[in-house]
Amino acid sequence: MTVRSLPAIAAESHPSRRRRWTSSLAGWGYAAPTALFVLIFFVVPIGIVARMSVSDWKLFTGDQGWNSGKNFRSALDDGLLWPAVWFTVKYTVVTTVILLVLALGLALLVQESSRWTGFLRTSFLVPSALGLASASLLFYALYSPQSSPLLGFTDKPISFLGTPISALWSTVVLIVWRYAGFYMLLLLVGLQSISGDVYEAALLDGANRWQTFRRITLPLLRPSLALSTIMCVTGSLLAFDQFYILTKGGPDNSTITIVQLVYNSAFQGRNDLGRAAALSILVLGALLIINVVQFRGLRGKEN
Amino acid sequence: MLRTGSRVLTGALALLFLFPLVWAAVASVSPQAGTAQVHGWGFGNYQTLANYQAGIGQYLLNSTAVSLMTVVFTLAVSAFGGYAFAMFTFPGRNALFLVTLAILMVPYATLLIPLYVLLNDLGLQNSLVGLSLVLTMFQLPFAVFMMRISFEAIPGELRESALIDGCGNFRALLHILLPAVRPGLVTVGIFAFLAAWNDFITPLVLISDSEKVPLPLAVANMRQQVMGIVDYGATEAGVVVLALPCIVLFLALQRHYVRGFMSGALKG
Repeated sequence: MTVRSLPAIAAESHPSRRRRWTSSLAGWGYAAPTALFVLIFFVVPIGIVARMSVSDWKLFTGDQGWNSGKNFRSALDDGLLWPAVWFTVKYTVVTTVILLVLALGLALLVQESSRWTGFLRTSFLVPSALGLASASLLFYALYSPQSSPLLGFTDKPISFLGTPISALWSTVVLIVWRYAGFYMLLLLVGLQSISGDVYEAALLDGANRWQTFRRITLPLLRPSLALSTIMCVTGSLLAFDQFYILTKGGPDNSTITIVQLVYNSAFQGRNDLGRAAALSILVLGALLIINVVQFRGLRGKEN
Repeated sequence: MLRTGSRVLTGALALLFLFPLVWAAVASVSPQAGTAQVHGWGFGNYQTLANYQAGIGQYLLNSTAVSLMTVVFTLAVSAFGGYAFAMFTFPGRNALFLVTLAILMVPYATLLIPLYVLLNDLGLQNSLVGLSLVLTMFQLPFAVFMMRISFEAIPGELRESALIDGCGNFRALLHILLPAVRPGLVTVGIFAFLAAWNDFITPLVLISDSEKVPLPLAVANMRQQVMGIVDYGATEAGVVVLALPCIVLFLALQRHYVRGFMSGALKG
């Protein structure tokens, strides 16, 4: 992104120091609110969480001083940690694959603009206007044994949230419903940036539909697909609302995600902020590594 | 023939997406055992909602206040910030911009634990203002980025002529440039509103006073009311109240909503 700022241009043509200084002072003046917000509510908290992670720091007693890595050991020794990691990864893979395949299908379906596809686009997009918590509450009622309209089809009651496997899939359905339109839109933007000439050339060369899709659409869609994948993976790894509302981590702690574990450490039962901070630093580190790997993987093949 | 067939199929798919929303709206007013609306159609479930604890009025007020404050804070900070990043060169500009974008990289949960402690120290515990400030911070990466590219899209001559006419850069911003970036402001405003209205985990951590919780948290809490028996009718009514403003806003301003994605996807 090239930035041609006016005062800079002005300063080049009239190389006066005073003017340059006034310009950067004004710039800082306008950037000051952003800088203050970022400092107070982002940089300082990062510092606090780092210190918290190596301190004996309970919810009600506050900071009791350095405890030499005990928080990290306690977080790693938790019997719920590895099942939660495994479940979160499983959930992320399932959600990302289903969501992106479906979103790509929907995007291809509605890419030509007409009144009918306009209606389809809006229908697919409406769920993404809802909050994740509202959508989860909606599906909580939809899945309930008392009020569910989905039970009319069978004599035997279906338990949507009763077993670990059904709870996972029921949540995936909710997430796919809520986000399919969102990712469809992201991919649609990518599809529409592919020039029509390319398709025309393919048509002249006698490529069939599948060849066109495989050899032209998919490669040219790579940037949008990469962005969608990274957003979907990151979002799913940090899943919280949907499980907090739908399953509360049950049945039998089978649907506890990592962020839920952080929340529980800090505010439920243990009230141990130090341990929660240690765990969330580990999560942050893992997330950074995963994103770097994704960036490399998704970018690398392109060049 | 083929056309009709594909219309039926795609139409069915669209209905599948619309079904849960329509069902929630219908179920919230239809008769159902175990709810306030046992016989006939009516608004019994909404009555339950109205009488729950502090009353739905209070929770709506909390949500509205938090959302409006977040929108105002976000618009003010990102308009000034975007102007600074787009139009001025100053030492630390790129570093500040990168740190602002870095907010996206850090999970909510990682930030909320120290923010809980920090807001206590600032005397903002359990406060809707504190909650709005935190929600504003979460909005800044998108908002500042969006406003920066909006200001960069203004032709340089426009601002130059404003400065030559003798406006200071503040008056140029106020009278000439802000009107020019209005579409960007609308997009930022919608996203800030939807995010604040719908956020769940932030108030869950930061607000412990049950009178002060916003609506999503109130509806979620309501489910654990009486001896583990869930009033699904009231939950459905709560979902309708939660979803209605979002859907109306979305349908009314769909073009701006889509624009937000376009800029994010193309330039991100």
